[in-house]
Amino acid sequence: MNHLPLIIKREYLSKVKNKSFIVMTILSPIIMIALISVVAYLSQLNNDKVRTISILDESGKVKDIFESTDNTTYNKLDGMSLEDAKTLVTETSGYGLLHIKDIENVKELSENIKFYSEESPSLTVISKLENKLERHLTLINYENVGIDIDKIKDSKVTVDIFQENFVGETSSKTDSIIKLIFGGAAGYLLFMFIIIYGNMIMRSVIEEKTSRIIEVIVSSVKPVQLMLGKIIGTSLAGLTQFAIWLILGSILLFVVSAIFGIDMAQMQTPQQAAIQQAMENPEVNTKIQEAMQGFFNLPLTNLIIAFIFFFISGYLLYSSLYAAIGAAVDNETDTQQFMLPIIMPLILAVYIGIFTVIEDPHGTVSTVFSFIPFTSPVVMLMRIPFGVPIWQQLLSLALLIGTFVFTVWIAAKIYRVGILMYGKKPTYKELLKWIKY
Amino acid sequence: MDKLLEVNGASKKFGDFIALNNVSISVPKGSIYGLLGPNGAGKTTLIRIINQITLPDSGTVVLDGEPLNESHIKDIGYLPEERGLYKSMKVGEQALYLAQLKGLSKSVAKERLKYWFDRLDIGDWWNKKIQELSKGMAQKIQFVVTVLHEPKLLIFDEPFSGFDPINANLIKDEILRLRENGATVIFSTHRMESVEELCDDIALIHKSNKILDGKILDVKRAYKSNTFEIGVNTANNSALEKELSDKFKTEPANFKTLSNELKLNIQLNGNQSSNDLLNYLTSKGEVSHFVELIPSVNDIFIQTVTENNLQ
Repeated sequence: MNHLPLIIKREYLSKVKNKSFIVMTILSPIIMIALISVVAYLSQLNNDKVRTISILDESGKVKDIFESTDNTTYNKLDGMSLEDAKTLVTETSGYGLLHIKDIENVKELSENIKFYSEESPSLTVISKLENKLERHLTLINYENVGIDIDKIKDSKVTVDIFQENFVGETSSKTDSIIKLIFGGAAGYLLFMFIIIYGNMIMRSVIEEKTSRIIEVIVSSVKPVQLMLGKIIGTSLAGLTQFAIWLILGSILLFVVSAIFGIDMAQMQTPQQAAIQQAMENPEVNTKIQEAMQGFFNLPLTNLIIAFIFFFISGYLLYSSLYAAIGAAVDNETDTQQFMLPIIMPLILAVYIGIFTVIEDPHGTVSTVFSFIPFTSPVVMLMRIPFGVPIWQQLLSLALLIGTFVFTVWIAAKIYRVGILMYGKKPTYKELLKWIKY
Repeated sequence: MDKLLEVNGASKKFGDFIALNNVSISVPKGSIYGLLGPNGAGKTTLIRIINQITLPDSGTVVLDGEPLNESHIKDIGYLPEERGLYKSMKVGEQALYLAQLKGLSKSVAKERLKYWFDRLDIGDWWNKKIQELSKGMAQKIQFVVTVLHEPKLLIFDEPFSGFDPINANLIKDEILRLRENGATVIFSTHRMESVEELCDDIALIHKSNKILDGKILDVKRAYKSNTFEIGVNTANNSALEKELSDKFKTEPANFKTLSNELKLNIQLNGNQSSNDLLNYLTSKGEVSHFVELIPSVNDIFIQTVTENNLQ
């Protein structure tokens, strides 16, 4: 008798009806949006603060380059000793004092600029100042040694290499970034999904064991059926949760921005202005076009199909292991030692994805790990946007499915014996024995 | 009599541990069959084999004339010793789910559940969660779930544990009624008085081997020692005691009576009949008590297990 649909239905409903699941499903997006809003609001507050920086330029060479902006007021001091300037800044509680000595030699001058402040100054402030000074002092130096600045400006070139493969498809750096984002998102999504819902499967197996209902159930259905039913039911509940998060998240984001719409618009004036400016700038316009181009250049069909297959097989591979762990132990605290061998390849896969695939998507390391079944779902998903030959994808998928069938078989064996075992936590050696029973 | 279940030479090893060694039992149709044995003897393994939870390494199981197969799942109802239900699931939903796993359709299951819930007076529990019920209440639900699909073979592992005397009696009556309606019952317990009361046949499993089985009366007959418990009133009890101990094998007996008579356990040898003994006693005084000592299942259990341990 095939009870799989019945088991799936029960597992699904028992997850979805669970109070903490409902609370998590509804609260998570609310909390996320609230957090984002708070962070956005706070950083806006931070940006709104106006800093006053006093400048004591004894050389008279650079003070003209500092123009006050919305966030920074430059207070130029003249004819004052350094000590007086310091006292003044302290008394008016200014942000800091930039001191430029009166030295004729620009090189020497540049090595003797100091910034005094009460607290250690923000890194961005210092690097802004450094940039301004460097640019200006370099120009002065050019002039001093008799180089025509206009000629330099004129002779400067920018290089943007156009990429094209032998078939004639063009691509660009923006392309690579887009590929990276898509691959990374796919791989990371799988990673998160495995960890969250794998754990859920494990807990539900343990629950069945501790409530001792398991013996009644296995007298009616085969353990393998129960295990698969659990995995599929829980995964469907997971997908439901993901879908609700997505929908609820977008609605909330829409509502929040509608309520605070005016506020946000005001807050974002500088950025919007920047975007406005960028739109008018032909160079940036090309970039946007390139990005759109890059998106359409992605092997989209391939990506979607591969995503579905690698996601499902990868997820099933890991979740069957989670189910086996749940069956082997009596309570959640005992799961730690068995979790490590599962988590390790997963984390390895994500690291390889992030560090190696970006560097060299078709290099040896990326290629090898996109074939090893325990890392292949994540690594291959990250590689595919960069174009992976179909035979490689098929081979990797075949290996993955083969391993998946094998692990489900092993897991089912451990599961079958484990669910009826109570008492002490088994060792790896005992698990091996169970497989042979 | 027809056999409902026959287990032939079932063996099961877990690694180096032999859980069951060539055990055969045959359960007559319509009987209550007691499966006895100390803890860890292998009863649960045997029950799990019958339930197809565990496969035997060797040996066959025949249920109602057919080799055991998947279609028999609906013919067996199993109440395990380690029992439990989904804690956070509602009683009704849970019972429906478990009944459907046994192959009942939803509507039939619902109908029968209503009947049973009314019968055991638990109708208002339908929407409660198991975690809101007491242990005894949960046991009742579990019992209903076990018998709901009207299986041919019912296996109860310690069915009375967790019940108060009133509910234990209620369950006992239900088990007897199920048997009258044609079910066969395998009954595994350590409570010998309920074996004595309910079972027609027994098998005793000890250290993975079956060491005894048969009709409970036959077993008792085999274990009886021709011992009689007697009480006699005479003028001189101690003189009679002396006389008796010369003629028969005697031991002081301990039973409660109203007067102060001579109480003895007398074991007859093969040449002596109970009539001889009774005639002898009546000639000496007034006989107030004359009973053949029949070994209880408890005695047989302890005796055979200890003998086996000595070997």
